[in-house]
Amino acid sequence: MKRFIQQTRAVNVVKRFTCGELVGLLTAYLDDALDPPEREGVHAHLTGCEGCGRYLEQFRATIVALGDPPPEKLSADVRDRLMSAFRERRRP
Amino acid sequence: MGSFAGGELPSDDVIVPALRAGDEAMFAALLDTWSRGMLRVARSYVPTDHAAEEVVQDTWLAVIGGIDDFEGRSSVKTWIFRILVNTAKKRGVRERRTLPWSAVKDDGGTIAGQSLDLVPPGGWRDPPAAWPTPEKEVLASEVRGLIGDVLARLPPRQRTVITLRDVEGCTSDEVCEIMKISAANQRVLLHRARVAVRGWLADYFEFARQPD
Repeated sequence: MKRFIQQTRAVNVVKRFTCGELVGLLTAYLDDALDPPEREGVHAHLTGCEGCGRYLEQFRATIVALGDPPPEKLSADVRDRLMSAFRERRRP
Repeated sequence: MGSFAGGELPSDDVIVPALRAGDEAMFAALLDTWSRGMLRVARSYVPTDHAAEEVVQDTWLAVIGGIDDFEGRSSVKTWIFRILVNTAKKRGVRERRTLPWSAVKDDGGTIAGQSLDLVPPGGWRDPPAAWPTPEKEVLASEVRGLIGDVLARLPPRQRTVITLRDVEGCTSDEVCEIMKISAANQRVLLHRARVAVRGWLADYFEFARQPD
């Protein structure tokens, strides 16, 4: 089993972050762009830190709110103009 | 999610031949699915809704004129948004010469209300206050109305990235390709924008929405 030790160690390394550093990593964390020790470090920090836990929760709520914008659309005359431009495009 | 989800649109190898063959229903479907997101993205470059609509119109005209030459090196969606961004950039530069433009520094660091050193070195002095959670529906529609104003306060490139990612639901790869930026740059811009938007929402909940 010895040959696995190196790898196991790498996985078990947990980075320690301050609250400020943690907040700076949340987008990378949510994008799953952290390496395993960093990700573990984020998990470990979040387990013990209420402030950062709440911040992450609000960060997520913000993203959800952004994804639900009021409807917006092209005005009818622009849409009509584009439909006829498409219709006309093959005419010589 | 945003209009970008496109779940109901067929794949590119159906879309492209259909457009080339003059399939109006297909063109209308793309127009109705993507224009909303395009308007929002265009609006991050130009100062008025009207200018944004013209940018979207010019983009679709370029798509109509260019579909025969589309080489399929990227997805149709990415190709169209790339044209949009280029059109909007040119337009934005022109408009800024003639119209007053909020002189925000782009991406360079902090702007008003956007503190990046949110947490002091010793940890949270004032942990974030809880947000109200009662009638979730009411809250959602209230916040929805704020988002447009809040996006307008971001520096332009942050606004474009967060609009593409979080409003329109693009992947980070798509955003990098549309804006021709690196993954790291994309993440920094997105993160700063999210921190700012969360901060403004927090202010809103703390000050504007105090129970009487």
